[in-house]
Amino acid sequence: MIHGKPHIEFRDVCAFYGSKQVLRNVTFTVPRHSVIGVIGPANSGKTTMLKTINRTLDFIGGARFTGQVLIDGENVADFRDPNELRRRIGMVFPLPVGLPLTIYENVAYAPRRRGVTAKNELDEIVERCLRQSVLWDEVKDRLQMLGTRLSGGQQQRLTLARALSLSPEILCLDEFSIAIDPVTTMRIEDVLKELRKSMTIVLVTNLVQQARRLADNTLFLWRGEVIELSPTEIAFSDKPKDKRTYDYVNGIFG
Amino acid sequence: MNTAPVSNPFAPTQFERRKFRRANLNKWIMFGFCAVLVIPLIAILVDIFVKAAPVLSLDYLWLNPANKGKEGGLWAPLVGTFYLVIGSLIFVAPVGILAAIYLNEYAKEGILNRVIGIAVTSLAGVPSIVHGLFGLGAFVLVMLPAVNSVIANPNDRATKWQAGLLTASLTVAVMNLPVIIASAREALGGVPQSFREACWNLGATRWQTIRTIVLPNSLSGILTGVILTISRAAGETAPILFTGVTFFKFVADTGWEKVFPYNPGEPFMAMSMHLNIISNQISQMPEGMKYGSAAVLIGLILFVNSFAIILRVWLRGRKRW
Repeated sequence: MIHGKPHIEFRDVCAFYGSKQVLRNVTFTVPRHSVIGVIGPANSGKTTMLKTINRTLDFIGGARFTGQVLIDGENVADFRDPNELRRRIGMVFPLPVGLPLTIYENVAYAPRRRGVTAKNELDEIVERCLRQSVLWDEVKDRLQMLGTRLSGGQQQRLTLARALSLSPEILCLDEFSIAIDPVTTMRIEDVLKELRKSMTIVLVTNLVQQARRLADNTLFLWRGEVIELSPTEIAFSDKPKDKRTYDYVNGIFG
Repeated sequence: MNTAPVSNPFAPTQFERRKFRRANLNKWIMFGFCAVLVIPLIAILVDIFVKAAPVLSLDYLWLNPANKGKEGGLWAPLVGTFYLVIGSLIFVAPVGILAAIYLNEYAKEGILNRVIGIAVTSLAGVPSIVHGLFGLGAFVLVMLPAVNSVIANPNDRATKWQAGLLTASLTVAVMNLPVIIASAREALGGVPQSFREACWNLGATRWQTIRTIVLPNSLSGILTGVILTISRAAGETAPILFTGVTFFKFVADTGWEKVFPYNPGEPFMAMSMHLNIISNQISQMPEGMKYGSAAVLIGLILFVNSFAIILRVWLRGRKRW
């Protein structure tokens, strides 16, 4: 199902915290059902970029952005109910957050708010999402345990399961593997390859090799500017468009 | 081979030993101040309860005062204090909690929010007598005539509402409002922001987030704050002095009228006022009666506060993160 329109499009986006500019004229497009890897050092605006997509930037005092972020050609600023937008976009931030509910209710949280009450329907969603986030085998016998009692890595996968619970069309992952062991990370990456058949994935990562393994296109963001956006094999080759990309990827930056 | 004893390089030096002695001394000084704080408290409690012991009995709680409080018990003021507390809670709890939710969950960080925060904090420090005078001006002199112009028969003075439980409850409610707002905000603020953000990221509305995550995890803290204001409502004389309390009101000894003795538009008796008057306004008051009233008032407040303590222990036990 390939549409002509890009799924996500940034046009000239600038973002500010007060007077501090964190995104500078960011422009790029993401085709439907592709994975875009976003790499760049700390403080380069990666998280802010994600927050403009689902408009959670609204919650930060003094933060604003200009330009257009288009989802399916629709400007996110034009959504009268930003919650509708947020339900279409699954979001996983680097710090794991288990809600103070049972594991089951953590995953069922968003569907319940949407009015899903049938037990078998919820059971199905919970199992599917926990399987997708590679947590099911570890918790299937203790779904009534508090999600906050899980270890950091497990909570992170719980966060991922929650983000998947509404079957979003876009999945934004912000350094999701930071607290997860390498073996489990690889298994989640396999799931992500599966998921991209049904959703567009924005993968912000500090592990450049992870971007290399998963992303179709790689975007190098530095100090709020897009330095490079190329197909991953070019970005990671010996001759990317910008020399700085080569330096960053090969660890000789700065 | 060298067998001479080697001095231990980790043995405390002269300097360390001196510092250790100082640290120990400091600890005992702080313990001394703690004792200074606790000893008078225990002395007061022991003194009151020992001197009150001869009069304390169930009859002392159940009988109405007689002969200006020299005989009988404490029923009438006790039940008056009870209704005063309930009345003030009915007004203050919903207003205070909803205001706190608005300020903490909805209001944008900004000058207005900060000004309200400062106003609430300073209001909590206003002396209770000032609240009493405010209550006199606002509720007794302005609100009551307005109420009476609607409900009272102008030709029959008996149908007019006077300063009483209603006006006193409102005054105490105003006095406790900032306290409840402050404690409720603290309880709400104790819920980590990351929980809210996680819910918002899932597309939950603010109210859904409050209802499902924030309130269930702060309710015990909010209730603890509410209960702690009860002791203030029960113990203060100043706010009710001009707004409805009286030293003596006839209360029936039997029947329903003993349990519901006061109309909201009639003066009522209260423990704090009763203690105040019998301690220094009536000659030849038996010592036991004074200490008995004080003991009952303290007992009442400790009883109510014990609920807050139990609630807090329970809250700690079921903390979910």
